Amino acid sequence: MHDAQSSIGDNDRRLEKYRRMQRIRQFETKAEAIHAAGEIPGALHTYAGMEASGVGACMALRPDDYMVGTHRSHGHPIAKGAMLRPLMAELLGKSTGICRGKGGSMHLSDFSVGSLGETSIVGSGGPVAAGAALGAKLQGLDRVALCFFGDGASSEGAIHEGMNLAAVWKLPAIFVCENNRFGMSTPTSDAVAGEHVADRAHGYGIPGVIVDGQDVDAVEQAVREAVDRARAGKGPTLIETKTYRYADHAVNMGRDLTPRGPEHDEWVGRDPIRLYRARLIEEGVGDDALSAIDEAVRQEVADALQYARDSAYPDFEEAFDHVFVDRLPIPADVRAHA
Amino acid sequence: MAKITFLEAIQQAQAEELARDPSVFMMGEDIRCNVFGTTTGFVERFGEERIRDTPISENGFIGAAGGAAMVGMRPIVDATLSSFLYPAMDQICSIIAKSRYIYGGQARLPLVIRSCMFYGNSNAAQHSDRPYAMFMNMPGLKIIAPSDPRDMKGLLKAAIRDDDPVLCFEDGTCWMAKAEVPDDPDFLIPIGKGDVKREGTDVTIIAIAGGVPTALKAAKRLEADDISAEVIDPRTLVPLDRDLILRSVRKTGRAICVDPAHLTCSAASEISATIVEQAFDALRAPVIRVTTPDTHLPFSPHIEKPLYPTVERIVDAARRIVGAPVAPQTV
Repeated sequence: MHDAQSSIGDNDRRLEKYRRMQRIRQFETKAEAIHAAGEIPGALHTYAGMEASGVGACMALRPDDYMVGTHRSHGHPIAKGAMLRPLMAELLGKSTGICRGKGGSMHLSDFSVGSLGETSIVGSGGPVAAGAALGAKLQGLDRVALCFFGDGASSEGAIHEGMNLAAVWKLPAIFVCENNRFGMSTPTSDAVAGEHVADRAHGYGIPGVIVDGQDVDAVEQAVREAVDRARAGKGPTLIETKTYRYADHAVNMGRDLTPRGPEHDEWVGRDPIRLYRARLIEEGVGDDALSAIDEAVRQEVADALQYARDSAYPDFEEAFDHVFVDRLPIPADVRAHA
Repeated sequence: MAKITFLEAIQQAQAEELARDPSVFMMGEDIRCNVFGTTTGFVERFGEERIRDTPISENGFIGAAGGAAMVGMRPIVDATLSSFLYPAMDQICSIIAKSRYIYGGQARLPLVIRSCMFYGNSNAAQHSDRPYAMFMNMPGLKIIAPSDPRDMKGLLKAAIRDDDPVLCFEDGTCWMAKAEVPDDPDFLIPIGKGDVKREGTDVTIIAIAGGVPTALKAAKRLEADDISAEVIDPRTLVPLDRDLILRSVRKTGRAICVDPAHLTCSAASEISATIVEQAFDALRAPVIRVTTPDTHLPFSPHIEKPLYPTVERIVDAARRIVGAPVAPQTV
């Protein structure tokens, strides 16, 4: 397993990693609370506990690199540097939302930071990432495409078809399996044959790397090596981040569907943000500097929520826009009762 | 203007668009070896980077076309046979059809997925599908189903230039048909516009894909009965040219929908419903659908051939709809 003994990157980058993890955690803490109060419709799948996986991976990418994610979609765009206002507005179903109120919690995809979708059909991002990598290659750009997927998705054919295509065509793709130990209520050990998802890389003749998903530096380092390899034209890498989801599959469902074992406390004890904070302090970063980030993020999240609350709901016409490039006509009987 | 086949029309459309736009590229199973004659000379002319043979991995490479389109390419996927789209339903329906919508217009997916409807050749039920109606029920996909070389070339070129995903269903029974096709590299047929293939006054026959030549033969034969049939080819199924169909039915007062696909929830069903909802007052007789019944296609030609819309079935339907005597049933 990849382990980082000390933090990587200059001081600004180290603080940025910490800041992004805090932004995810605080954004979701607020979202969970207002979801419980009924302000966010639909299901809310939180990323808490997995922040180091997303942030470490995205810190190894350039802003113009591509990324495809999953239904557990809040962490990835924030990890890649997205603004919080349009994300929070999306959760509330507002017209200023990143998807104009048509995607919601499972689809917080911000194309301005290189996202090509947070897709809620498990495994379906695999072929998309391979295709984006192919596009970059055909255009002569040195961009890479990173595909986040879960341990559950590792049993989907789409992921394997994407990896095989990327491997056989030596595409600049990185497949990051965020193994959070559960596919909804099913423990990974009941669903995935073999000990590690990363072992499956051998079948494609590509490197398979296992990394401590609670260690943001370790994840960044592993993904950086994969990115270098991809940019050099040597093809894809499969990385498995061993991580843990704190909350149930979706929050506020009334009962916990996830069968927790004795390891639960151990995982929570290795909280990625606390671990990284301790590392930074050990290395001489002042507690004040980190607390100032905490406070700035608190204000940013409060501002995002206020912005979302102040925003209007979409006009009804919006429901008929973006099916195609040209807006669809609205049937008269539907409009009459909208 | 040269006389070319339907397959040559596909080849020309692709070659012209590959030459015109460097973001156009092709991928599919065994396209370099030019199985059907639609990629003749492409590897030599455009290179292996742009003419890509794929693994037998439809969900993978069709989804990859979606990803490539999202980053600015214009892929043409040759999915070979239409039943090979089924393994890719996940990517077609969940990614390609929905990404523009679900992300609020951030994504653009200009891609074409071509597939052949290879029926009537003793290929049995898994290789004889005509599945366009399944995709008509999924918003976000444009669908073309041309019936002659001219429409094939003009529509395919328009599809490649279109900024939305387009499924192109190519009817194998039309492959060898020849017609005059313009050489103009900007010859396009607009997506969403149907065509009157034959004018008439007594009955409108709306026919789809390979149903069109059959309907035209039936219309010719109906002249002997003094029945004047108008034949409409929608050419595009999504968006459907409802105005053209309704105008014709309002003129003739009678409608027959000819569709080589299965009956239930077919394109013929959608067209019939549109006519009944919007031109009921003009109808002088109930609408008739002439389709393949809801059974699978068997291998043995003896029992396969009569299942599709035939000239005889269309002629009978036309006689019935105008109140003329119908030949006794022989099956």
